[in-house]
Amino acid sequence: MTALATAPAPADHRGRRPGPLLLGVRHHGPGSARGVLAALEATRPDAVLIEGPAEADGLVALAADPGLRPPVALLAHAVDDPGRAAFWPFAAFSPEWAALRWAVDRGVPVRFVDLPAAHTLAAADPSWGEAGDEDEFDGGARIDPLAELARAAGHEDPERWWEDVVELRGAAAPPGSHAPPDPPDARDPLAVFDPLAVFDALADAMAALRERHGDGGHPRDAVREAHMRLRLREARKEFGDAVAVVCGAWHVPALARRTTVTADRALLRGLPRVKTELTWVPWTHRRLARRSGYGAGIESPGWYAHLHSAPDRPVERWMTEVAGLLRGAGHPVSPAHVIEAVRLAEGLAALRGRPRPGLDETTDAVRAVLCDGSDVPLALVRDRLVVGDVLGEVPAAAPAVPLQRDLDRLQRSLRLKPCAEERELDLDLRGETDAARSRLLHRLRLLGVDWGEPAAGRAGTGTFRESWRLRWQPELHVRVAEAGVWGTTVEAAATARAASHARAADSLGEITALAERCLLGGLGDALPAVLGALADRAALDTDVAHLADALPALARSLRYGDVRGTDTGALADVAAGLAERICVGLPPACAHLDPDAAARMRARLETVHTAIGLLGPRTPDPTPEADPLPGPVGLPDRWAGVLRRLAGGERVAGEVRGRAARLLVDEGWNGGEETARLMGLALSPGAPAADAAAWTEGFVGGTGGGLLLVHDERLLSLLDDWLARVPAEAFTDVLPLLRRTFGGYEPGVRRALGELVARGPGAAAPGSAAPVPGFADALDGARADAVLPLLHLVLGQEAPA
Amino acid sequence: MTVPETIPQPGAGAVTDTGPGRAEPAAEALRPHAEHAFAHELAALAAADDHPRPARWRLSPRAVATYLLGGTLPGGTVITPKYVGPRRIVEVAVTTLATDRALLLLGVPGTAKTWVSEHLAAAVSGDSTLLVQGTAGTPEEAVRYGWNYARLLAEGPSRAALVPSPVMRAMDRGATARVEELTRIPADVQDTLITILSEKTLPVPELGEEVQAVPGFNLIATANDRDRGVNELSSALRRRFNTVVLPLPATAEDEVDIVARRVDQLGRSLELPSLPGGVEEIRRVVTVFRELRDGVTADGRTRLKSPSGTLSTAEAISVVTGGLALAAHFGDGVLRPSDLAAGILGAVVRDPAADRVVWQEYLETVVRERDGWKDLYRACREVSA
Repeated sequence: MTALATAPAPADHRGRRPGPLLLGVRHHGPGSARGVLAALEATRPDAVLIEGPAEADGLVALAADPGLRPPVALLAHAVDDPGRAAFWPFAAFSPEWAALRWAVDRGVPVRFVDLPAAHTLAAADPSWGEAGDEDEFDGGARIDPLAELARAAGHEDPERWWEDVVELRGAAAPPGSHAPPDPPDARDPLAVFDPLAVFDALADAMAALRERHGDGGHPRDAVREAHMRLRLREARKEFGDAVAVVCGAWHVPALARRTTVTADRALLRGLPRVKTELTWVPWTHRRLARRSGYGAGIESPGWYAHLHSAPDRPVERWMTEVAGLLRGAGHPVSPAHVIEAVRLAEGLAALRGRPRPGLDETTDAVRAVLCDGSDVPLALVRDRLVVGDVLGEVPAAAPAVPLQRDLDRLQRSLRLKPCAEERELDLDLRGETDAARSRLLHRLRLLGVDWGEPAAGRAGTGTFRESWRLRWQPELHVRVAEAGVWGTTVEAAATARAASHARAADSLGEITALAERCLLGGLGDALPAVLGALADRAALDTDVAHLADALPALARSLRYGDVRGTDTGALADVAAGLAERICVGLPPACAHLDPDAAARMRARLETVHTAIGLLGPRTPDPTPEADPLPGPVGLPDRWAGVLRRLAGGERVAGEVRGRAARLLVDEGWNGGEETARLMGLALSPGAPAADAAAWTEGFVGGTGGGLLLVHDERLLSLLDDWLARVPAEAFTDVLPLLRRTFGGYEPGVRRALGELVARGPGAAAPGSAAPVPGFADALDGARADAVLPLLHLVLGQEAPA
Repeated sequence: MTVPETIPQPGAGAVTDTGPGRAEPAAEALRPHAEHAFAHELAALAAADDHPRPARWRLSPRAVATYLLGGTLPGGTVITPKYVGPRRIVEVAVTTLATDRALLLLGVPGTAKTWVSEHLAAAVSGDSTLLVQGTAGTPEEAVRYGWNYARLLAEGPSRAALVPSPVMRAMDRGATARVEELTRIPADVQDTLITILSEKTLPVPELGEEVQAVPGFNLIATANDRDRGVNELSSALRRRFNTVVLPLPATAEDEVDIVARRVDQLGRSLELPSLPGGVEEIRRVVTVFRELRDGVTADGRTRLKSPSGTLSTAEAISVVTGGLALAAHFGDGVLRPSDLAAGILGAVVRDPAADRVVWQEYLETVVRERDGWKDLYRACREVSA
């Protein structure tokens, strides 16, 4: 331990000893926070140095503002490129925050000593969530100091070991109280009375670790630590030895090492730098809990906050909170339950040999006693209490968030001035600038910044036009600031927001709408998350109607939508999966429908049919010979099979059956013979008249139905026969429906039909034995030639002589 | 009042009883009790145990956990694991027994509820035989006490005429009572447990007396949480229990292992010849069951609907056993997908309308696309059509 400048020296009663006070902590550990407070109270240093970007010194004053409420984060971003940013999150239970508040409340100067963000961000790969470096496990070469220590102490689980020896120790003692809550345990070197002893012990342990592992796979640490040492020297020059440093325990041995100023300066020389700005941004517990991205990798920020804030009896208070939450959610939880849960947690801690119940024990007890063994209410507890909904606040005086700067920049480059009065904006999406403006407005709407509202386009505009009504209201600045938690640029924030929406969305329709908005906003990066959620939701949705409603929008986007070079493969896969599910689920869903539901289902059938047409044939199976499966495989074939099942289904509503038969005719999948058979079945004497009329509506209703009848007299005569057979009393019932069916035809078609019917079925071709009514045996050459002159005129060619 | 220990049983419900006094292991019992089968392990644990024991416990809670989870004692005695699963579950169960709350083990069939309950009772009280088997016909006498009617008529109500239930004897002796299939017992009979569990006393109004439980008494109940047509526990009774849900096997490998082992045992007792191709088919059945049960494919990429059936490990075992019998007696001696398809269909499609859609979707979106599953797809299509 000779490398230690602050070799444990006999301390006097106030704990003051030579040299700076090095307080090695675990970032975001409530026990560390309590320890830091106790140590600061005991030694009362003249200045406090904190691990954090050096530029943040200017933001220290804001910490005194009551409007700055943790969890918050220091955000550093490159001025020219707000997308390049780094965060240093602080929670109420972070030791750094505790030290900061302690110093600010007493007017003690605070310095941030870590490498300036200007250098961190200039490095090729800005490491997000830098403050959590001790919790990172991402590199194979990196060692985890806690795991090493835990292993040395004979424990497998580093988190639990750390919680036992540091975080849970003294959890019952109010902050600042020096009375040890536990009797000192002879086997435990850290169980001591001195508020500084735990830091000494930790420093010793880390020194031993670093002697063996060096930088432990964190090569940049050498540079950072050199900077910290330089700042420490400056502070000692200014304030003398009475300075305290709060930093990750890993860095303590490096700070204590004797090095020369020149050597440290040499390490820092020539580092790249970018122009950066720093500010405080509000943070959330959920974000702290995330392992990647902006997260600090704390699994249970809510539990830590509770340990930090509970004045005494943490387990009892925790169980009471859990009981309150469960009661609010409608679970009957009595005080007797709470008592039993606490007893079970304590029993478990004893069985597992832990000093007091930790989160594992309390969770097990909550599950067994309060949740009847079920994980469902437990998930609520985990979400609302263990992680928690706490949202930090930042005073208005904090510097603007980078999102606002990015927005300013975009407004300038797109020449879209924010102004308070309302104005109309017409965009032609074929132009690059207008397309970018449209994207910006769509993205802002996703972020809840409703600067522009889509207005109904002027008459006659095509799909490449878009109309907006713009109005910038002052509170939109606040909205932008709020949206700052999602990201540092409009695009990144909108992407993050869309992905989060997709995770939280309840209905399939919501997600498809979101997918369309992502496409409109050009948010290709959000699409995978949105489509993933869409696929999940589609798989679980039991109502085929929802799936059928979702498919057309998807097919449209896929076929016509400008996907802007995004992964259309994913979109196609999702659409194909959706179509598969519809093929499976549609036939049962069409059975036993009342007339209104049948009409809606018929409309769905049509839109799905169009959509499946747009999806087109899927690529053929590369190994067709290895696949002698029964039945068709391609999507159109499968869809044709579904339509055939619908057309021939016994219990399928008449209108749907008729429409399926019609679609089969239109696509040429059913010949005249089969169609006539289906029509004969539907209109046979045994079928109820109302059902037959509905079938007729489905089959020949809408556009083109009349022409079908005009050209196929066989069908017409079937229909005519049926109509003549309808009994008088039933006729009045079916008349309105038939009127609707035939009333929808164009006058010319109606007249032609009327003439055909008036002529009578036998009169179509007198004397001939034409197999198809209305058609002669062979082509009439003279009548066919008569059309040629007109055709040549239309095509602009000279008629051949 | 003390309860007479050795009174002939005039068939008071489904009660198993062998008092500890005459619980010498029958030399050739088909299935010896846990405390006899593992007597040497229990003795070794008791000898090595230096942690405090609750009143009338044979072992400390820590040693009980070791007995169930397995381990090696300082003396070198190897304790075999009785329960393969999360350590957490056993710890919560043992700790519950040390408090004055009763323990309710929940789980779908085939999750070792009865097995865990028997071993817990054997390790805690050295006696796993104080058992009430719950059925739809379990009478109140099986939970409280009955009468020896010959004696009752001859002598009037007296202690000698009273026939104690296993629960009553456990209260008197400070031992662990077991109730199997608690939710099968009619609701009014279930509720007789409320007084026993909350007041720790069992009044005998006919005699104007009561039996008070002595320290060490507790109760382990098991119940199946996904069966239909059971008698739900009243909330009053539910409050007296700490609930531990025994999970299904955590990984596909574990489950394949369990199914293969049980199928092997069953096949031997049914004298089915062991057939080639078994493990691969078991793996597929287990995959299908797990994917449908969890509502997500094994690679975690695709969500699925879950059918209404439980699709427990026990059902996978019976599907494979059925398939083996089919292959052995009617097939070509090799377990083929066609032997299993009907069984899988029967296990998955419980509700003819909703489950059929679930199954078809699964077939078309997952099975059809999977490499090497064409034969299974075809076999399933044939039986589903």
